Amino acid sequence: MSTKRHLMGMNDVDRADIERILETAAGFEDVVERDVKKVPTLRGRTVVNLFYESSTRTSSSFELAAKRLSADVVSVKSSGSSVDKGESLKDTIRTLNAYKPNIIVIRHPHIGAAQLTARWSDAHVVNAGDGKHQHPTQALLDLYTIKKRLGRLDDVKVAIVGDILHSRVARSDIEAFQMMGLDVTLIGPPALIPPGIVEATGVKVSDDPEAMSEADVIYVLRMQHERMEPGQNYLPSLREYARVWGVNARRVRPGQVVMHPGPMNRGVEIAPDVADSGVSLVENQVEAGLVVRMAVLYDLMTRPSIGTVIDIRERTGEWGAA
Amino acid sequence: MSTLSTRVLLDADQIARTLARMGSEIVERHPDLSQVHLVGIRSRGVPLAERIRDRIKETTGIEVPVGAVDISFYRDDVGIRADADDRIGDHPVVGETVFDGPIEGATIVLIDDVLYTGRTVRAAIDAVFDYGRPACVQLAVLADRGHRELPIRADFVGKNLPTQGAEHVRVRLQETDGVDEVVLIGGDGGAES
Repeated sequence: MSTKRHLMGMNDVDRADIERILETAAGFEDVVERDVKKVPTLRGRTVVNLFYESSTRTSSSFELAAKRLSADVVSVKSSGSSVDKGESLKDTIRTLNAYKPNIIVIRHPHIGAAQLTARWSDAHVVNAGDGKHQHPTQALLDLYTIKKRLGRLDDVKVAIVGDILHSRVARSDIEAFQMMGLDVTLIGPPALIPPGIVEATGVKVSDDPEAMSEADVIYVLRMQHERMEPGQNYLPSLREYARVWGVNARRVRPGQVVMHPGPMNRGVEIAPDVADSGVSLVENQVEAGLVVRMAVLYDLMTRPSIGTVIDIRERTGEWGAA
Repeated sequence: MSTLSTRVLLDADQIARTLARMGSEIVERHPDLSQVHLVGIRSRGVPLAERIRDRIKETTGIEVPVGAVDISFYRDDVGIRADADDRIGDHPVVGETVFDGPIEGATIVLIDDVLYTGRTVRAAIDAVFDYGRPACVQLAVLADRGHRELPIRADFVGKNLPTQGAEHVRVRLQETDGVDEVVLIGGDGGAES
């Protein structure tokens, strides 16, 4: 008995999986740089991108990644519709499943939407962000970006700064960074640090903005206004936040690099004098997103199902026998 | 699982002599070596290409360029094997595809260790053409074990090795495996010769 592979969150992969995906992504660098920016790998396969939340970079990145692999791509956006948990998501998935997609990429405001998609469809499912929960391809592309710039992952000191409480990027990044041996410190106002995170993950936490100076990488999170519950006073004001926690050129010391998952609130969590400077890896992250998502789609389609029995003789090469 | 029998078909000396002969044949076929570009198919085709280049240089003084092509993204079985529970893809690390100079108008000699179904070669030809349009593409293999599934033949063959479908031919090289040998891994014992 075997189970189809999915990428719902970072606990679907281990260290070896991540290393393999990052290596495969590096192999795609050469494809996206040459004149013919396409390989026939997923020719005749179908990828459905289903986005229930607004997105520029993630949806365009997945769409281009699938196209560069020669897959047929259907992109469905449902922003502002009345779709909620339950039947209507199920009906949408069942409808799209009738096209027999090989992979469904889903972004949804509710935690667990990707798991439901996997239950209701026959496709490999990639979670492109579910509520405050997980965003695994963002974590993989962040690792790729750090490794490419710094040449290593082991013992790299990362300060994740800002609204950790509402951030799925932070959740996936913390898991991914710890799995790969990075040293993670969460920095921000105590109201925006999830309670119990130290006990659950073993990360370090600081409410001192000066702690950023210790890091090799300052990872700035977006202030997630839309996920903050009304009436809750997480912050005195955005101006106050920017003054105390905002990452500006004065804050960044030589040798440090700054990352941000986008979209940026310029002047709030990140100042334009950092966002537009050479220390910002934001555009590198976008470039990494393309090759890493190509690698994720490729990996889902080429790895055996979970629980597959491996025949040693098949491993001796000569794949052409297949 | 039963132990599989193995038999050495070519030893280090025989491999060295075979590669020297293949180098001579390439020179004989292409008196003007200026357009020739050897391209090894990853992984074991690459060290073989480098060795053939060295043999050609010894006899002619000319160093022909060597490139490498990785066919991982050009395979015809992506998704087929992953979906079928009885098959597994050995999923090697994806290597770079590189050429030592332009391939536009060049004579590409693809080099691989074993020619079997022909699917690897088909994938390699597709990959090369996504980088440019060579004048012609030829194929050199250390061992041809038969059982083609595509209309592909080698222009330069080190050794013909008639085999049965259930058997496996393994080429091991110093650069990748620490030893130079070609072995037959038997399906039914591999005893007949």
